[in-house]
Amino acid sequence: MICVNGVTKRYSSTVVVDGVSCRIQEGGITSIIGPNGAGKSTLLSMISRLLPMDSGSVTVDGLDVVSTPGRDLAKKMAILRQDNQLTVRLTVRDLVGFGRYPHNGGRPGPGDRTHIETAMAYLDLTALADKFVDELSGGQRQRAFIAMVLAQDTDYLLLDEPLNNLDMKHSVEMMRLLRRLTDDFGKTVVLVIHDINFASCYSDDIIAMCDGRLVHQGPPAEIMRSEVLKDIYEIDIRIEEIEGNRIGVYFA
Amino acid sequence: MPETSTSALPAAVTEHRRHPVRAVPAKFWIITLGIAAAVLIAAFMTIELRGNLGYALPRRAVKVGSMILVAYAVGVSTVLFQTVTANRILTPSIMGFDALYVLIQTILVFTLGGGALLSLGAPVRFSIEVLLMVGFSFLLYRWLFTGGGKSLHLMLLVGIVFGTMFRGFSSLLQVLIEPSEFIILQDLFFASFNNVDAALLGYSAIAVAIVSAMAWRMRHSFDVLALGRETAVNLGVDHKRAVTTTLVICSVLVAVSTALVGPVTFFGLLVASLAYQLCANFRHAAVLPIAVLLGIIALVGGQLMLERIFDFDTALSIVIEFVGGIVFLVLLLRGKVK
Repeated sequence: MICVNGVTKRYSSTVVVDGVSCRIQEGGITSIIGPNGAGKSTLLSMISRLLPMDSGSVTVDGLDVVSTPGRDLAKKMAILRQDNQLTVRLTVRDLVGFGRYPHNGGRPGPGDRTHIETAMAYLDLTALADKFVDELSGGQRQRAFIAMVLAQDTDYLLLDEPLNNLDMKHSVEMMRLLRRLTDDFGKTVVLVIHDINFASCYSDDIIAMCDGRLVHQGPPAEIMRSEVLKDIYEIDIRIEEIEGNRIGVYFA
Repeated sequence: MPETSTSALPAAVTEHRRHPVRAVPAKFWIITLGIAAAVLIAAFMTIELRGNLGYALPRRAVKVGSMILVAYAVGVSTVLFQTVTANRILTPSIMGFDALYVLIQTILVFTLGGGALLSLGAPVRFSIEVLLMVGFSFLLYRWLFTGGGKSLHLMLLVGIVFGTMFRGFSSLLQVLIEPSEFIILQDLFFASFNNVDAALLGYSAIAVAIVSAMAWRMRHSFDVLALGRETAVNLGVDHKRAVTTTLVICSVLVAVSTALVGPVTFFGLLVASLAYQLCANFRHAAVLPIAVLLGIIALVGGQLMLERIFDFDTALSIVIEFVGGIVFLVLLLRGKVK
């Protein structure tokens, strides 16, 4: 379980994340939604120790993210941010292989190869394994990075807008993959996502943020209601139930 | 290009086409460059060797030794620095590290007096300078590289401002001190390979050995650090500590190379960029030796040409700075600054 206790982040006078407390249960997909500038990515960055917090604390399975050694956390939780620029030239297989670093400390063993190949196969990257990452399209690169954190083989997977750069087909495939990871391997996935309908169809739990505060948390059935969404996004969103999923219609 | 399984075919085609280029393994370059460096060193030691061997050989050995040490210090410090800052255009020199070292030397002469400083003897003086260098670079630069999200342009700008400030302050002090003191100072930083002190070379080698041991202990994390801060943190590398240690390593290496030959701004950029170009393998186990060997070839080969062809008419640093400056401009124009 991830416990977030009164986490706050401010930049000079602007408060970006304002005393957020929540629990993220083990197993299942938790989506963090909210308008631009709500502090979603900042919250995820603090949970994953990429960004220091000004006050509050975060524990992952009882490990405090600030004081626990990086390598121990890296075996427990993986984080992937939105834009991943590389200055080094390396192949997809090399990149995915780095996911094994917390386990092998830079000395690959025989077990690592299986993890790497499996992760690449999961993301449909086997044909691209020997291509350089900088030669890939945005979507392919995104998948290569996700394969890396998959090879890291952690209980918790934190993804900041994993659907960025992905077309419809790959978005659906990505969400199905995340669903499979939670259903088959009992992993816990936390993602920041903009598409509320993806969040509705695939999440077990939704955390809604607005102006740096956590405004709602609950299963999709609770969050995907016009009055709740109006409260979060300040627009009218009609909710239709299609094949058991609650879909928000807001295009017109 | 279409993504996913449909791209398997074009991917395979490009794969096939680029294969010959990538077929040159890093090992090949290490061996080839190693042989070239060895041949150049042998040539430097033996060409036109006559007269009293007991006099000439040790002198040439000190010269070659200092060139190897400088090539090592500059190559390793540049590559490691570029790794922890996750870019390929900033080097310790561009960030003003060697200007800082010159400033420290100037301040020491200014406050203690040149005569007093020289009477301390090379080991004490060198240790004081290196310690001050490590301390100040730690204070001045750590904030810049340990936090996340600082743009490369900001860092470049800070480097230029720092470098200019250090140089400006140095020249102010140099104007203020007595001419006789200034001559002592001038000897310190317009050092060239022709007048390296054998004792200083020994102490430098010890300092280099110590920081090399530090770097060796971190060797597995450098490849990860090159992926950028966030990825490195995700993979469990203590980024702040790694950057701080690397900064210490770099300041010692810069101190050594500046003490031996004076400031060289673009030499590191030159060898590091060439090493990345040659080496299809991004791993430090391959890039570092190639960068060092290229440095040795450039210095020993350049000095050989200088002495035998140009008859000492020009300084090696001028040639190297000229070529290195062009490489810097090409890198900027090709948009490698991300």
